[in-house]
Amino acid sequence: MNLMKRLMCACRRRSPWIFHMNAGSCNGCDIELVASLSPRYDAEQMGVLLQGSPRHADILCISGPVTRNTLNAIRTVYGQVCEPKAVVAIGSCPASCNAFAGSPVVEGPLERHIPVDIYVPGCPPRPDAILNGIARAAKILSERGSAESGRRSEP
Amino acid sequence: MNLLSGLLRLFVFPGLLFAMPCAWLFVWIERKAVARMQRRVGPPFLQPFIDFVKLMGKRAPERSGSEAFLMRLWPLLSVASMVGALSLLPVLPNSGGFSGDLVLLIMLLELPSLFTVVAGFSSRSLFGEVGSTREAIFSIGYSLVLLTAFGAIAMTSTSLRLQDACQSGGSPARWIALFAILLCIPAKLRLNPFSTVSAEQEIYAGPLTEYAGPELAFWELAHGLEWVALTGVVAAFVLPSSGAILSGVLFVVACIILVLLLSLAAAATARLTLRSALRFYWRSGFAIALIALSVATFTRMKP
Repeated sequence: MNLMKRLMCACRRRSPWIFHMNAGSCNGCDIELVASLSPRYDAEQMGVLLQGSPRHADILCISGPVTRNTLNAIRTVYGQVCEPKAVVAIGSCPASCNAFAGSPVVEGPLERHIPVDIYVPGCPPRPDAILNGIARAAKILSERGSAESGRRSEP
Repeated sequence: MNLLSGLLRLFVFPGLLFAMPCAWLFVWIERKAVARMQRRVGPPFLQPFIDFVKLMGKRAPERSGSEAFLMRLWPLLSVASMVGALSLLPVLPNSGGFSGDLVLLIMLLELPSLFTVVAGFSSRSLFGEVGSTREAIFSIGYSLVLLTAFGAIAMTSTSLRLQDACQSGGSPARWIALFAILLCIPAKLRLNPFSTVSAEQEIYAGPLTEYAGPELAFWELAHGLEWVALTGVVAAFVLPSSGAILSGVLFVVACIILVLLLSLAAAATARLTLRSALRFYWRSGFAIALIALSVATFTRMKP
């Protein structure tokens, strides 16, 4: 039983599938995220795959200051990602609204709406910083998964 | 074929126990080969297995009624039909089989694409429906080529039995027909340039958009088994008959060469639209298959 749990833990850590969502970002962070999947940085060697559907993903990567238009979509997509899941906020915008703070159409920071696990600050952050963030989120994911299965087996 | 050997073929070789690691190996080779061709490092060796275990441990969203039942049923049926197709492959010499197993093999190979179509519609997702419609139209395109090519192979060996069809020796018609089958494999595996069905990012994930957790794990497994079965069909027809162990090894080697060929094609091409892909199959593919069929018919009429 313990062996199975450890296997599952390792598999969760080594196979983080990501779904990328733009919450009103200027596209700077999006380009850097795509660069981290490119041949120069090659996220696939860590098992990272960019998925087309949030149902297939483990990690939700959100960039942008959360505009009013995207708020409902963020909540929906967060609900569509299956447990165990983690959220990575890419760039300074989801953390602090950055240059858009105080705008009437910006509903950020992201933390007010969904729980965020890892912040990758920068405007935009470097691809290696994004990869580091995803790797740390994957570690959180594996711990969260095992804690959850423990809780479920208790009662 | 008695019950015991049938069960052995279904569950041990070339069925489930052999085909599952083989499926993961082939999927890894494809991903690694594409990565190397793009000058990337690529995924680690165990990656497809790791993905499978992880997906098994994810919690699928709660659904109710017939939707929940159907969405669990389709991936399992796909895996079952692929295992059935694999167990029919005449990998080992004198492995038996029965008259008409070629027809059964064609049906079992076609079933997963049918299940994909219904899977997209039963998920009731808009993107799933778009993907399913594409798969339904697309399967008309390549099935015509595939059926004609299998018809040509049956014609050269004058038998609907796989064992005879494999051992009837290499006539020109057979090679042309095998080439036509090889042309259909990227479409069945949804590889570039014929990846318009799943079209990641463009229509989310096509028919499988709503599938999550264990359901998705079984879809991935079915897809891996499809790799083994489709490359295995061509390999079984190409390989000469030899000793038991040697033919098993040769079978895997031939499959891996085919996987590398398919990855090369996938890495070198971009996605075609549905229209151009259909045109390709109905013009070029069907012409090749038809040539194979007519050559096979004429060589039969000669003596």
